[in-house]
This record gives sequence, C-alpha cells and structure tokens, in this order.
Amino acid sequence: MSIESANYLIRGLMDSSIELHQILDEVPIGIAAFDLDRKMVLLNRKLEALTGFSNEEAQSLQCRYVLRSALCHRGCLIKQLLERNGPIDTESDLINKNREKIPVRITAAPLNDINGSIVGFIEFVEDLRPLRDCLHEDGPFFFQSKLIGKSHEMQRIFRILPVIAQTDSSVLITGETGTGKDFIAEAIHQSSNRAKGPFIKVNCGALPENLLESELFGHEKGAFTGAVEQKPGRFRLANMGTLYLTEIGDLPLNLQVKLLSFLDDRVLHPLGSTKGVHVDVRVIAATHRNLEQMARDGLFRQDLLFRLNVIRLHLPPLGKRGEDIKMLMEHFLQIFNPRFKKKIAGFTDEAKHVLIGYPYPGNVRELRNILEYAVNFCDGSKIQEKHLPEYILEYDSSMIGLDPVSTAEPSRIQTDSVVQRNQLSWIDTERQMILDAIIKARGRRSQAAKMLGMGRSTLWRKMKKYGVIPQN
Amino acid sequence: MAKILIPLLGDDIAPRFDLAQEVLIIVTTTEGEIIEERPIVLSTASAEGLCNLILIEKVDTVVCCGIEQEYYEYLTWKKVKVIDSVIGPCERIVFEAARDNLQSEDVLLERG
Repeated sequence: MSIESANYLIRGLMDSSIELHQILDEVPIGIAAFDLDRKMVLLNRKLEALTGFSNEEAQSLQCRYVLRSALCHRGCLIKQLLERNGPIDTESDLINKNREKIPVRITAAPLNDINGSIVGFIEFVEDLRPLRDCLHEDGPFFFQSKLIGKSHEMQRIFRILPVIAQTDSSVLITGETGTGKDFIAEAIHQSSNRAKGPFIKVNCGALPENLLESELFGHEKGAFTGAVEQKPGRFRLANMGTLYLTEIGDLPLNLQVKLLSFLDDRVLHPLGSTKGVHVDVRVIAATHRNLEQMARDGLFRQDLLFRLNVIRLHLPPLGKRGEDIKMLMEHFLQIFNPRFKKKIAGFTDEAKHVLIGYPYPGNVRELRNILEYAVNFCDGSKIQEKHLPEYILEYDSSMIGLDPVSTAEPSRIQTDSVVQRNQLSWIDTERQMILDAIIKARGRRSQAAKMLGMGRSTLWRKMKKYGVIPQN
Repeated sequence: MAKILIPLLGDDIAPRFDLAQEVLIIVTTTEGEIIEERPIVLSTASAEGLCNLILIEKVDTVVCCGIEQEYYEYLTWKKVKVIDSVIGPCERIVFEAARDNLQSEDVLLERG
C-alpha cells in the first residue's frame, strides 16, 4: 500500500486507488498532519469545522496558528512527543476563528517512514463539548449518572472526585463491600485525562497466585511450561489508561513486592524477560479490608500501603448515608420497572419502613438485590411488605425505636439477630444470603441467582466455595 | 498618533490573546512612522489582565491571533479596535500595522 503525497492517494488497500482525504473526512474527530517543521500538511473536514480554517487556508501554516491550543503556549505537544517517543494524549482547549473556546482532547503521534524515521506528526482532536454538556446534566446529586447520593458524605465525595481525577496519583479506595468502590474507580478514570485510554480491572482475589503474576505483569514466550505465546499482561494493556486493582488486600506478598517496584519506577519486568518495559499507567486500588491492621499483622507490606495511600477515599456504608436510602430505592425502582415490564408506582408505608430500617450489611448492592427481588415479585402498583425477601422482614426496626433516616447518625442499637449478623464476616453473610435465596427460590438456582443479582455460574461457584454443595 | 498592542510568543504574534506572557506596544505617527516600541513582560498570562493593561495604556488598536468573543466584544465596546486572526512574525506585523495595512485574518507569511 502506498500514499502519494501529490494527490494523497492510498494504493494497494483496495483494487483501485482511494483518496486519503475522502477517508479522513468521514472520520468524526478532527485530524491534522504536520511535517517536521510543524507546518500543516492536511486537515480533515471535522477539524476544518472546529478551527474555522479550510484545508487550503491551513496549508504550510505553523500548527500553533491553526489549532491555537493552550498547549501551544504551555508546552508544545510535538516537542513532548519527540522527547517521549510515543503517542501523547491530553486535554486542552482551542480558540477557533469564530472566537469560540472549545474544550478538546488531543492525541498526538509521530508518523514514521518504513525505516522507522519520523517524517511528520499526526494529531487527533476531539471536541469535548458534548461530553461536558452530558456531565452537567447530572445535577448535584449525581456523578456521571452512576453514583447517586445527597447525603453529606456522598456530596463531599462528588466534590473531590473531579479534583482526584485531574491528578495522576495512585488512589486507594476503601469501604465495605457493596459501597460502590468499582463505580468510583471507573468514575475517576472517566473524568481523568486518561479517559480515552483503557480502564483495566483486575480482581487480585479471584486468580491463583501463580496465574496472577503472569496476568498482571505478562510473560515471554517459553518463560514457563505452557507459556507457548508471549503475553503482555494487564499492566501493559492498561498503558495510557488506568489499572484498577480490586481486593488489593488479597494480593500475595511476593506480588506486593513486584507492584511496589513498579510503582517506584514505572518499569515492568515480565516473567522470563531480561528487559524492563516502561508503562504509563495510573493505579487505583480498592479493598474492603483494613490494610493498616493487615500491615501490622505482617500480611500486607507497609511500604506498598504508603505508596498506594497517596489519595485515600473512604466510602461510607449505606447505613451512614441517611436519606440516600430513599433516593436509591426510587432509583432502583426506576431501573427495574422497565427491565421487568412492571408499572410499580412506589412503596407502601410499611414496606418503606422495613426497607429504611434495615441495616444493609451488603450496602447498596444488597439494597439493589432486594429491590430487584421485590419488583420481580410485585404484581400490584406498589411494593408491599410481602414482596420483600423474608430475611429482611425478620429484622424489625420498630424494636429500635429510632428510624435511621430521621437521625443524623444511624442508631447503633440493634436487635440481637442483627448484632449477631453484623458480627459475622462478609463470607458468612454472603453464605447466609445465598442460603436464604435458595430457600426462597425453592431450590431453583437460576431464580436464586437472579434474586442475588449474580450469574448462575457465579452462584454455583460461590455455593461450592461455601460448601452449600459438595466440592466434588 | 496611534497606540498599537501586539501579544507575542517569541518573535511571532502569540497564537492566543489569553495566554500571551509578553506584549509589544508601538506608538506610530499618522504618517506611519514608529516613534516608540516598548515590550512588556506580564507576570501572568490572563485575558482580563491584558484587557486591563490595554485600557490603562489607552491602546487604540490590538492586533492578535486567537481571541475569545467575550474579550473581543469587551474591547470593541471600550472603543479599542481589534484586528484578530492575524498570523505572522512580529516585525512584519509591526510594519504593516504602522501603515494601517492590516485586517482580520491576514497571514503575513511566505508560504511554501
């Protein structure tokens, strides 16, 4: 395939030659190509619309006079490109001929000839106005339409999230299971300069130790028996993006050392490789465990904790989020109504009382599952007590004498059964929830899995793990 | 007499009015003779700060490249003539501006 500079023709791709401009004009983001002197060679239609320059007008002009980006003053992207020898992706703004200031994301890359020498540069310019408009539509109680809450704790988190997103530091998210750590990690990535890059999630507790190392750091062909192909690893897949390490507390100690070494110099050493690989990744870690305690017990490296703990974000349990319970109840009802083709208008006072009074050891995830169950079983216009799972009816908030929503700090006085339940670990709670669901579904695993909000195979795996079914 | 301000980036006109950290103020006679040429380095780049300087210095004409509508309208409302989207080296722009030969979107470069 060849491209002729005079007519910008691509040859060899199809039976006959194609005009390069024709292809680029169909691309919905702005594209500009420059020569080594940073003079414009071509501008596609989208960039013509963004800048106000036609391709002819822009010919041979220095790129900074056509793009007029803030980067042209604060640190030329092409200069950075030559220093780093790899693509660069960053957010900025430009002022066009119509005197409009437009927020943009610019990705710049070198253009190499067949010998690998740089012969020019290409920049992709994406108009961020639609994205910004979309974010502003969220309103004060939402963040990226995914995180919901008007409690003081959640409002504080919504306020600091954009600030955290704009830094490039490691983030450690802590909080009980089901509080939304995954959503927060994704929201940070989506609001950051790395949003165009990949967001790779790795559950450190889900893979066996020997697999996890090659999964995270990759391996070379022949590094060990069965390594028939080279594998890049999740860190390399997340290059220019974010790597989200969930359940970091379950990361084996030897891999903690390797992660620590990566966080120090950003260089990866794949299994079986003699060379280090530089990777540009932001690390976000999350856990429901008490890492400080684990560090004291020698189960988690303290130096890794310090490295990850650059920005700490603690998510409050649902019980401490006051009015958010009501808001989330309405939100999930709106989600499940169309999904299950129901027209449920709301909750009876009794059902509302039960739902608000329940302590939610499984937090938002548990509330979501309860509502999915209730919407499934509700055949009227309002969710009643009888539509709720039996295990939450066993808990009677009237015995407390206080409604958690009406108090600033949720009551710590709980019935014996709930105190007992809260003292159990999450493993015991999850096992109990699975048993409850199976009993309610009369042994039908598909229905139990649906009630628990998990896949049938996940339920089967968990049942096997907790000994609900025999191991063999 | 006319006082002209040009935001600079190195030896060329600055691509952006709001991000210029240096400006050149020239004073010309009605015949186009330059009688004063004074560069000013700004402590911080700011469109508001630059507008303020333009008003304090009683500048008649601003020759710039990219400028936001808001500041363009503000300056023209303050009776400052704004010639924007001008591209080229400072020396050429000064020469043409002194002779009142400039208009918006002028490109004072040898292409090719």
